[in-house]
Amino acid sequence: MQFRLVPDDTKIRFMRARFIAIAVSAFLMLGSLVALVYPGLNFGIDFQGGILMEVRTPGPADLTAMRTNLNQLGLGEVALQEFGAETDVLIRVARQAGDEEAQQVAVVAVQNALDELIGEGISYRRTEFVGPKVSEELLQAGVMAISLALVAVLIYIWFRFEWQYGVGAIVALIHDVVLTIGLFAVTGLEVNLTTVAAVLTIVGYSLNDTVVIFDRVRENLRRYRSMEISELLDTSLNETLARTLMTSLTTLLALFSLYFFGGEVIKGFTFAMIWGVLVGTYSTVYIATPILLQLNLRAIGAKADAAAKVRGEVDEGPAIEGPGPARRGKAGG
Amino acid sequence: MKALQPWKIWLVVIVLVGAVIAAMPNLFARDTVEAWPDWLPKSQINLGLDLQGGSHLLLEVGVDTVIDERLEDLVSEVRLALRRERIGYRGLGVQDGMVRFTLTEPGQEALARAQLDELNPILAGNAFGVGGGREFTIQDFGEGRLGIGFSEEGRAERVRAAVNQSLEVVRRRIDELGTREPTIQRQGDDRILVQVPGERDPSNIKELLGRTARLTFHMVDMDASLSDAEAGRLPPGTMLVPSADPDDGVPGWVVQRRAELSGENLVDSQPSFQDNQPVVSFRFDNAGARRFASLTQQNTGRLFAIVLDDEVISAPRIREPILGGSGIISGSFTVESANQLSILLRAGALPAPLTILEERSVGPDLGADSVAAGQTASIIGIVLVGVFMALYYGRFGLIADIALFSNLVLILAALSLLGATLTLPGIAGIVLTIGMAVDANVLIFERIREEMRAGRTPLASIETGFSQAMRTIIDANVTTLIAAVLLFEFGSGPVKGFAVTLAIGILTSLFTATLVTRLSVLAWYRRTRPATLPL
Repeated sequence: MQFRLVPDDTKIRFMRARFIAIAVSAFLMLGSLVALVYPGLNFGIDFQGGILMEVRTPGPADLTAMRTNLNQLGLGEVALQEFGAETDVLIRVARQAGDEEAQQVAVVAVQNALDELIGEGISYRRTEFVGPKVSEELLQAGVMAISLALVAVLIYIWFRFEWQYGVGAIVALIHDVVLTIGLFAVTGLEVNLTTVAAVLTIVGYSLNDTVVIFDRVRENLRRYRSMEISELLDTSLNETLARTLMTSLTTLLALFSLYFFGGEVIKGFTFAMIWGVLVGTYSTVYIATPILLQLNLRAIGAKADAAAKVRGEVDEGPAIEGPGPARRGKAGG
Repeated sequence: MKALQPWKIWLVVIVLVGAVIAAMPNLFARDTVEAWPDWLPKSQINLGLDLQGGSHLLLEVGVDTVIDERLEDLVSEVRLALRRERIGYRGLGVQDGMVRFTLTEPGQEALARAQLDELNPILAGNAFGVGGGREFTIQDFGEGRLGIGFSEEGRAERVRAAVNQSLEVVRRRIDELGTREPTIQRQGDDRILVQVPGERDPSNIKELLGRTARLTFHMVDMDASLSDAEAGRLPPGTMLVPSADPDDGVPGWVVQRRAELSGENLVDSQPSFQDNQPVVSFRFDNAGARRFASLTQQNTGRLFAIVLDDEVISAPRIREPILGGSGIISGSFTVESANQLSILLRAGALPAPLTILEERSVGPDLGADSVAAGQTASIIGIVLVGVFMALYYGRFGLIADIALFSNLVLILAALSLLGATLTLPGIAGIVLTIGMAVDANVLIFERIREEMRAGRTPLASIETGFSQAMRTIIDANVTTLIAAVLLFEFGSGPVKGFAVTLAIGILTSLFTATLVTRLSVLAWYRRTRPATLPL
């Protein structure tokens, strides 16, 4: 009945492919940055102000008629889109020139136009309006939250590990954040408050993954004192591979269930999260860990080892090199 | 072999039983829960506005208006004081946020300053008893030019008072709607957050909050000609006020600038009917009634204007003295607008206009759809993850599932006890936590497997597996917790709900993964004493 995602003696030479992986990542990051300029991010009303309405019509919605009527109001850009069902329409009206008052006038104008066109059966499922002042504050708060998260995490890793790990983790995180934002730019998915939540959760998740592997690397540095560093990193990755895949899979199961059954409103959020889990898992293996290799971790390992020896923490049993069934100094029992 | 520590078993049992009891009210309707005996917990999880439907409005109090009005008043006060003392002045007016004037005769600065000092009240002490500041600062610009304007504390005090008063009026107006459990709070310096659950049509609330509802009664200048007034030639002490309903004949009225009476004198106001037309009846307090009586006695036969927010809603002729202190406002009302005006008059006027900065309204049906979708997604997610764990780890997977289920109960219990608000992103947070919560179990189980392969005995593998995985688990979860805390700090509304469930989920999963799983595994081991672990 039981099965294995990863055979017990898996020895994938991850580090061998690291340059290819780094090249691919660099390319994707560059692409994301370009996409950020063109076509750019599709900011929702949370961050640029404006009006968003979700309406349900009695029958299948006549988008063309609605578009024509709303465009006659002279409110600037009015975007309509079917939302989850053919009776449901999402309406976005660009931020109006002028102050908050002008926005409210537009809300009423749109409602009146729709009431007139569709009549009694229309229901306003959602009306959101964000004025220029608030949208500016929300954008600032969002950028602030993501930047602070990166800094806080960097400090934490620094505190718990040596600086090389901190560099590895933060580069991997920036990689994840950039690729996620890039995804939004390329797909034109709306960037709103939940996007910030998604990015921050991705930061937390990706880091979680990274920390687990770093923990193992640190442990192995003490255990296999003369193993070549790239082999040691490979060993660590292979040892934790089952866990990495299991956790990604269970998280993805939960996310896919949210994506397909959680309703239209959080689809964008779950989509970003699914992408984030994939990217986060990949970056742990191919960004964070190779950086350790480049930063001459062994020297630090030896230093930590020496310090540990002074405190009497290092097992002085016969050192056995290489992974294998009896790699511990002492047999269990 | 290491014994199961009894206190740990008790801790787990007590926490889980407590959690089940605390989470229980959520399974029943509110009315059912209310009927329970008192010793049972009754608090249910609050649903956010996005789940139960409702309106969220962020309002800004127009404090500049308050400041400007106070300065205008100050101009009249200064004029009166200077005239009374026969101090010559010119150029009196507001300029750069200050009342300024120039003395015509040099040498009167000291006298003028003394007058200004008298107009400058001492502020009441603050909570620390340090008060003693003045509302205004007085400046001498030399060459007989003097100015008086708000001091920093004076301005802050005035803004604070205006916002507090607005808060009170907003609360009274919303209460009049009879909606259940509205939230009305101050935010920042000059903002008010209004959250009204269940309101289907927010335009009702918006209309109610969109008016300052300042009601004043003025005598109409019956000699002035409207066309002269429109051309800017007004008799002194009068003003032109447009009619609220210009289609109804008269475009505007020339009225005395001075208000004879104002809405502050009202004690009650109700919608009613007169000649089958909806009208608003009102009643004055004692002082107002006396004033109204003498006014109507002296001016029988003349017109007086009822002005609401700088518009004349009606200008009836005083047919006879009204001595009872009550009256009627007629105008082109509908039943609805008469009702609305009476609410506004009862609740009192806002000291300053409110601007809507942000509005988020969700209809109850969309909320219900979201709840249903969230439930479906959660159940499917949990089942998928649970089945997957059981398939992958066999007996240990089932133990992990027990932990997973306990985790869910703990999250619900924590949300109920904390009175936290569950939003749609919050549900996503729970589902996500479920996916991620098994991570701790995965780490432990994988570690146990490794120890087994390294040749340890089952019990030693279990012990080492748990203790080795623990450090990693804590490190890994602290990072997600950091993200959750920042989200809570910077997020707003529904996103905050996500941060809350994420943070709670991380903490509860630490408890279940370590204690619940560990004790279950040990209990199972003690019963069966297997030679190898089925991992």
